[in-house]
Amino acid sequence: MPTPIFRDEVRALLEEGAQLVDVLPREEYEDEHLPRAINIPLKELDGETIARLNRDAPVIVYCHDYQ
Amino acid sequence: MSPRAAWRLEGLGFGRVYDYVPGKSDWFASGLPRQGKLALSPTIGDVARRDVPTCAPVEKFGAVRQRVWKAGWDRCVVINKERIVLGLLQEKELSSDPKSPVEEAMRNGPATFRPNEPVGKMAKRMQDRGATAVLVTTSDGRLVGLLYRKDVEQLVGVRP
Repeated sequence: MPTPIFRDEVRALLEEGAQLVDVLPREEYEDEHLPRAINIPLKELDGETIARLNRDAPVIVYCHDYQ
Repeated sequence: MSPRAAWRLEGLGFGRVYDYVPGKSDWFASGLPRQGKLALSPTIGDVARRDVPTCAPVEKFGAVRQRVWKAGWDRCVVINKERIVLGLLQEKELSSDPKSPVEEAMRNGPATFRPNEPVGKMAKRMQDRGATAVLVTTSDGRLVGLLYRKDVEQLVGVRP
């Protein structure tokens, strides 16, 4: 089960080398995103697009807010 | 959207998946770094004066007033140990009984704005409200600084 986390935990996990994934549409990502985040829009999340991710490291996903 | 993405990643075999539920709105509203096209546009967090004087609610008006005026300011923000904004002192409050604790006459719960507000939008808002200065805090209430309308207007090229 995915673990819900908040800002301080995001920062701590990033320091440990977690991967940050912005799942918003590409245009929104290009406008503004968190530093070091990569963009994999939710609609494109599949076996092919996730090949960019390291399965051994934690993954943090985010969108705009509580959507 | 992110809960669905998190579940999908788990379904695709990822073991440690976290969902930053409050998302980028929360991150930006905390004044943390941004990247992207809009990250180059100034926000009120960039313009707010971070050296605004602060005091604790238990301090006495006499000592606070002396410190604030000596530093050339006309306002002081009342904060707790976590830098959470509790109140504001303007000229009228700063002239209160010097022996009284600040919390007895401070302006409680002043309006605050998030640091990721665009400067142009805020200039208009402040003009409409007739506000000369507003407080900028993170989404969890921590003081970022004091934003003067004249600073914002200067940046966007608006005549007062």
